Amino acid sequence: MNLTLETTSLLAIYSAMALYTIAFIAFTVDLARRSALVQAAVVEAPVAQAVAASASGAVSGSTRLLEKADAPVAPPRASKAMRMALAFTTIGFVLHAVGVVLRGLAAGYAPWSNMYGFAITATGVIVGVFLLVQFWQDLKFLGAYIVGFCLAFLGLATVNFYVAVAPQPPALQSTWLVIHVFVAILGTSFFALGGGLSLVQLLQARREARGGAGFRFLATLPDAQKLENLAYRLILVGFVFWTFTLIAGAVWAERAWGRYWGWDTKEVWTFIIWTIYAGYIHARATRGWRGSRSAWLAIIGFAAVMFNFTVVNLFFKGLHAYSGL
Amino acid sequence: MSLSRPSDHIDSPEPSTDPSITQPKLGIVGYLRFFWRQLTSMRTALFLLLMLAFASIPGSLVPQRSSDPNGVIQFRVDNPDLFPVLDNLQVFTTYTSVWFSSIYLLLFVSLIGCIIPRTKHHIDALRARPPKTPARLGRLAGFTSFDARADAASAISTGRALLRKQGYRTELFSSTVRGVTSHSVSAERGYLRETGNLVFHTALVGVLISVAIGGSFGYSGQRVVVEGQKFVNVLGDYDSFNPGRFFESDVLAPFRINLDEFSASYSGTGLATDYSAFVTTTDAEGTEDTADIKVNEPLDIGGTQVFLLGNGYAPTITVRDPEGTVVWTDSVPFLPQDTNLTSLGVVKVPDGLAEQVGMIGFFYPTAATLESGALTSGYPALVDPLLTLRVYTGDLGLDAGVPRSVYQLDTEDLTAVAGQGAPVEALEITPGESVDLPNGLGTVELTDVKRFASFDVHNDPSQIWVLSFAILILAGLFTGLFIPRRRVWIKAIENADGTITLEYAGLARGEDPRLEAAVADISAAHAKQLGLKVEP
Repeated sequence: MNLTLETTSLLAIYSAMALYTIAFIAFTVDLARRSALVQAAVVEAPVAQAVAASASGAVSGSTRLLEKADAPVAPPRASKAMRMALAFTTIGFVLHAVGVVLRGLAAGYAPWSNMYGFAITATGVIVGVFLLVQFWQDLKFLGAYIVGFCLAFLGLATVNFYVAVAPQPPALQSTWLVIHVFVAILGTSFFALGGGLSLVQLLQARREARGGAGFRFLATLPDAQKLENLAYRLILVGFVFWTFTLIAGAVWAERAWGRYWGWDTKEVWTFIIWTIYAGYIHARATRGWRGSRSAWLAIIGFAAVMFNFTVVNLFFKGLHAYSGL
Repeated sequence: MSLSRPSDHIDSPEPSTDPSITQPKLGIVGYLRFFWRQLTSMRTALFLLLMLAFASIPGSLVPQRSSDPNGVIQFRVDNPDLFPVLDNLQVFTTYTSVWFSSIYLLLFVSLIGCIIPRTKHHIDALRARPPKTPARLGRLAGFTSFDARADAASAISTGRALLRKQGYRTELFSSTVRGVTSHSVSAERGYLRETGNLVFHTALVGVLISVAIGGSFGYSGQRVVVEGQKFVNVLGDYDSFNPGRFFESDVLAPFRINLDEFSASYSGTGLATDYSAFVTTTDAEGTEDTADIKVNEPLDIGGTQVFLLGNGYAPTITVRDPEGTVVWTDSVPFLPQDTNLTSLGVVKVPDGLAEQVGMIGFFYPTAATLESGALTSGYPALVDPLLTLRVYTGDLGLDAGVPRSVYQLDTEDLTAVAGQGAPVEALEITPGESVDLPNGLGTVELTDVKRFASFDVHNDPSQIWVLSFAILILAGLFTGLFIPRRRVWIKAIENADGTITLEYAGLARGEDPRLEAAVADISAAHAKQLGLKVEP
């Protein structure tokens, strides 16, 4: 019975990966289509500007109109590729979630006590948060990045991290496992989105500095300032979750190991990440650190999160030795 | 009100770089003030924060004396040249090193230097009334305006009620400039943002102080207890003990713990699924109680906590002289060497036999043979237990007065009489079996196999403080980041034709992405209350 649940879970994960692959291609096609659209707009632009100029004429207060002509060239509505990408991502996410739940049922506990279980849960939550965030802001342009990232990670997880369902070790038999790890995953999701936005922000800032030279699809995306604001808001949410992870981890460590803080390698890296993001938040209020510099901090922060999950788990010695490998 | 921000916040003016300005010479006080300003500036704080992150890295790359002392010893063996260099740089005690401490202490000084003036300023701001309405609202965020046929004063008082309902602190103003009369309400909300901010940063200082002071009063101690044995909470009964700086031994709560039984369950593949230490506790009044200590379920007793840290096998070994008289018997905790509990232990018999005898024992709960012919354990539970003993004779060095570890046997000056380096194979004993020691020294019997549990006893009076401050950190973070601090104004200007022009605008104080939407909501709600139809 367990074997069937476990294999069905793996099957669901593989199916989700197949759908994500299609979604990834569609997201990329959408970006390419945006590039093409910008090219078309560049050809039409002189005409549009001429129209705008004649409409505003010599009337003072034409600033508004000029602003509008300067606004990003946005596709009128989501392209066919984009709609397809979103549909495949959503169905992929549902299968992904089924895979995680089945894994949990097979194990009999929240399935994140080894790296495989953690990886499939984390990628699932990242995709879920990505989909939910769309209700708040249109960040669909991050689709290729998010789905591509999760796909690569799922590949790594199924090939390199896979371990059969095993009983839960006594050290992990605690409700804190559910709270601490899940909130850490939520924080990671927001950091992933923030890191992606900061990356686009850097590209956009470079393009703006060069007067429009760079990836053409960037013209259809928000300007660097807006991207920075969005990244900041997402990372704030991530930071609150991360702070909670740190505190919950300390509470649990006190329960399980008799001390709330012991500079274990994982604790050190969680602290380093917290400090980097604290720096990121302060950078926004520091002259000379807004813009690209703080974007780099956000990217370094997310790189540290990934480092913490992969390298620290696999190669560093410490008490959080739960990779299962 | 720009003082509510650090002096180098981006909305402060760019520093002047005019070469014609000559700076006045600074005296000692001037320099001190200059350095204090530098230290408490946001830029320095940011730099120190990033330094702190960077300085934490070495401690994760190199084993630490605090968390992995054996790792440090191993590192010394593996890298004899690198070790002294790193040791001088205090890399093995990164988090108490001079350089790490100086970074965080500077950071906290900088933090305190920021908190105090901001707190003072915030208290003033909490007492102050919202400021006078600016003369021109047109350039402020979310500016909207429309004409209406209404009474200016009453329109403003409606607006005030509306703002108050939304939690704004309000103040009415009216002015007449060049014959134009205007009434306005100036409103501000979100004072909790700065409060949260200050709480967050103060609580960080609180955590640091609690850890520094509180930790010095506590203690932690470790003790290995074999089934059937007891542990009394007095200094002499610990195997190892780490007192805090201000620890006094009279704070040890009087209690006794008897390990009745230790049970471990394993899955079919040998993974542990449960460890339980069943104990009987006796408190100061002599009241007995039973408890079950598990890995995530410590025992609370007498204000201290007892944690289950580790466990293993403690074979009971009995040594007899050639006449059959028991000269030595004990349950010896054997330290686990792998996940299947191949365990290593040492027996020292100084008296009663013809010579002093030392034995290094390997215990295999489920004996199995490797391809190489060496013995190993194939499963952590007792399925086919086997004890092997290497026997040495000679001076055990116990009378020299030098402290010796009970888990180690220095074989350098001893003669091997059985096992490695001896003509006789190592002794193999199964439970209940008795075998002869070489050279007619006597016999050794594996009488029983018990389990031992190692307990960690902890008392940290600062814990509750650290936790409270941690909760304040989270609460402060939440309010400090997500409550918007904003000012909103509604102004009614009386026009010559008897109509009024209503103006709305807002000002963000700190991050406030929803400000424009909020002003738009207020103007729409106000217009609705006034019964006006607003065309966009």
